[in-house]
Amino acid sequence: MSNKYSIFSLIKNAFSYHENWQKAWKDAHPKKEYDVVIVGGGGHGLATAYYLAKKHDIKNIAVVEKGWIGGGNTGRNTTIIRSNYLWDASAGLYDHALKIWEGLSQELNYNVMFSQRGVMNLAHNLQDVRDLKRRTHANRLNGIDAYYLSTEEVKKFCPIINTSPNIRYPVLGGTLQKRAGTARHDAVAWGYARGADEMGVDIIQNCEVKGIKRNGDKVEGLETTKGFIATKKVGVVAAGHSSVIANMAGLKLPLESKPLQALVSEPVKPIIDTVVMSNAVHAYVSQSDKGELVIGAGTDDYVSYSQKGSHQIVEGTLNAILELYPIFSRMRMLRQWGGIVDICPDASPIISKTSIKGLYFNCGWGTGGFKATPGSGDLFAHTVANDEPHKLNAAFNLNRFVSGDLVDEHGAAAVAH
Amino acid sequence: MFIINCPFCGERDQSEFKAGGEAHIERPKQPTELSDDEWAEYLFMRKNIKGVQFERWNHAHGCRKWFNMVRDTSNDEIKLIYKMGENPPIE
Repeated sequence: MSNKYSIFSLIKNAFSYHENWQKAWKDAHPKKEYDVVIVGGGGHGLATAYYLAKKHDIKNIAVVEKGWIGGGNTGRNTTIIRSNYLWDASAGLYDHALKIWEGLSQELNYNVMFSQRGVMNLAHNLQDVRDLKRRTHANRLNGIDAYYLSTEEVKKFCPIINTSPNIRYPVLGGTLQKRAGTARHDAVAWGYARGADEMGVDIIQNCEVKGIKRNGDKVEGLETTKGFIATKKVGVVAAGHSSVIANMAGLKLPLESKPLQALVSEPVKPIIDTVVMSNAVHAYVSQSDKGELVIGAGTDDYVSYSQKGSHQIVEGTLNAILELYPIFSRMRMLRQWGGIVDICPDASPIISKTSIKGLYFNCGWGTGGFKATPGSGDLFAHTVANDEPHKLNAAFNLNRFVSGDLVDEHGAAAVAH
Repeated sequence: MFIINCPFCGERDQSEFKAGGEAHIERPKQPTELSDDEWAEYLFMRKNIKGVQFERWNHAHGCRKWFNMVRDTSNDEIKLIYKMGENPPIE
């Protein structure tokens, strides 16, 4: 690696006032032809390019991104990572990702600030208790660390939670995944971009795809704002805009794109050292290393690409946060934003071939794609390179909406769809 | 966040309404004769347009009546509202 980051490179660059660091990746211009073009320069897309180059020995790869890399949902999420999903297929998929997260900073030589601070899911009614206990058992059968906690144990693990039985939705218990946690979202995109660039991947920013050129049922290339790019394989990882790209190829996907909001508070001293999620009242919160509370709100129920959500969604989330954490009642919110998430009817993603040869989609991650970034990239790279899915993403094909073999994860998805 | 002009109640805040998804998806007339592909198309596949889209909405916390809307999903601008059963405007 030409510019390996280490304590020595840090000291060396300190002598020149950190003004001579090499660029982490070069700003590439499109060549005439590539073996594979990845559409979408977010975490999932860059990870796909990285693993295509690293594990499948394909070197002539481009990632085209209409804005700047990591500027979409990668930089707009609440950075939560966990794998406590119900079904075997999902457990396999998300835990595959979690295992890569555990060694990712070393692998990329880039600190993604992965912090296994634990994720706790709260139960507020008897159905929640039953569902979470069932999910705990299912997780353990799949080798995923999961514990069921009583109300007292919840209070012990996170003392600032109001566990009084007199609140509107009292805490009746919860689950804990200790290996779960958070990571620095931007660093994930930057780390993968740097790693991919090092292996010769062209990262082309400010390059919007305008059309997909086909010869019959085969892909021939992409029309972009930087001209025509010839390629036989296109991997689309466009999140909220997946349907827009699919429409260019004459395909329809089972997706609806909706705004999902998040907000952060002013920075304060460490107060919450884990991630707490509560599906029933829709409040989830963690604290960033800068000290801001990171709060996830819900989706709006209408289709929109406007990257802004409704005020009442944020209001509802903050009501729930205040009931559960009275200590936050005087805190001021600093920033609020929306991202466009592509939601699948079964709340599970699509990592799949399509009816068009050479066109692949990795989409439908909905409200919870960040946690899967490394695994998603790895499995999508396998699917694109071999023209067939890996066994871990075989269940997440597009055909499941025809066969009826859905992977219903509405219970494990944090945000109610 | 926007204001919706309910054809029965007049202008109300969007928080009173429930979005019902893409409009003019007709329930199959002969469900027993449908193939799996056609069922998938009816149940799951959506245009999910970025731009002008036809939608159904319900005034859930008001008159509870359904109606149709033409809306630009790229900026949430409402172009037209018309009642259920009326033909979609041709544009």
